[in-house]
Amino acid sequence: MYQTTYHRASSVDEAASLFAKGSESKFLAGGQTLLPVMKQRLASPSDVIDLGRIKELQGVELSGDTLTIKAGTIYYDIMTNADVKKAIPAIAHLTSVLGDPAVRYRGTIGGSIANNDPAADFPAALLALGATVKTNKRSISAEDFFQGLFTTALEDGEIITAVSFPVPAKAGYEKMRHPASRFALTGVFVAQTKSGEVRVAATGASQSGVMRVPAIEAALKANWSPSAIDGVSISASGLLADIHGTAEYRANLVKVMAQRAVAAAG
Amino acid sequence: MSTVKMTVNGKAVAVDVEDRTLLVQLLRDHLNLTGTHVGCDTSQCGACVVHMDGRAVKSCTMLAGQADGASITTIEGIAKGDELHPMQAAFRDNHGLQCGYCTPGMIMSAIDIVHRHGGQLDEATVRTELEGNICRCTGYHNIVKAVLDAAGRMKVSQAAE
Repeated sequence: MYQTTYHRASSVDEAASLFAKGSESKFLAGGQTLLPVMKQRLASPSDVIDLGRIKELQGVELSGDTLTIKAGTIYYDIMTNADVKKAIPAIAHLTSVLGDPAVRYRGTIGGSIANNDPAADFPAALLALGATVKTNKRSISAEDFFQGLFTTALEDGEIITAVSFPVPAKAGYEKMRHPASRFALTGVFVAQTKSGEVRVAATGASQSGVMRVPAIEAALKANWSPSAIDGVSISASGLLADIHGTAEYRANLVKVMAQRAVAAAG
Repeated sequence: MSTVKMTVNGKAVAVDVEDRTLLVQLLRDHLNLTGTHVGCDTSQCGACVVHMDGRAVKSCTMLAGQADGASITTIEGIAKGDELHPMQAAFRDNHGLQCGYCTPGMIMSAIDIVHRHGGQLDEATVRTELEGNICRCTGYHNIVKAVLDAAGRMKVSQAAE
């Protein structure tokens, strides 16, 4: 790792002002991605601004039909939170299959979506549930937030403060886990909103990051059941291909994971 | 350089380190607590697991500064004098190690697993929960036996306290 200067912020405002002072600053949340990337020397921030002790970024609130998870909440606390389990159990499940226990004690929802790894789990939940990303400057819809591989709508120095999820009628998430990294080889989040809309998002599949899957949405809108997806065909064009799976393999995984997610959602 | 203050195995320490120093480097290189190992250095193998405020974390994936003010427990800090921690004793009795490289991390993760699950542990749960710890001797069978054995012993010792 190259030299860097470490700062610990005690408020969002302090973090923003520390960030602005550095020549090439980076925010550090749980560090489960940023630190490995710095160790590989793929990132060399002049200043690291630690958001981990900021109290206003911690916690979960359920208010009516909206579940709000503050950005600095660690995966373990999301997974075990009573409101999350009650309102959107699919999110508790997603968190339980993310990383490993030690990673779940450090990694945060804000860090996951700010990084927007094409195989991260949380982007699929945000997109399928139609979540809103709150920052220290504005609110951004999940559709507008995720803009491609490792790319988001965040401006330089902008800090995610929370994610608000509308509580759905039904939701499910299933993924094929990479056996070493635990990332999603492909994962699919399915949701039926309280107004009857069906939204499906896949992660780990597309070359442009998390994506909606309109063909599966249409099939599930007509008939919410795993068998409704039997006849859907997913094109391999534009999908990721690597030593772990071809684009055709991932196209099939999108279907199979969607079927399992619908079965899990009930 | 910054001064990092923390409690390590019950003792207050203050160490001057470069800001880029990882927690595992502070423990091994500055405090000579070399029981905590570095295996993969990519957050996957779990040889570096220590407890921070009672939770099992990968010390190769934390800056030392992030642990400022925390209470850290390493493999050196779990025995009571000559009396092994029940998890250590169970690893010895069940031959839960081969080369021993992954053992400190296994034991620190396993203690956290028992704390979280208490009496609800079964073999499948132990295998799932140990997914962040890799044994390249592939000696998982006896490791799982040791964790299940220790879970019983830790329940008994807690009840006795």
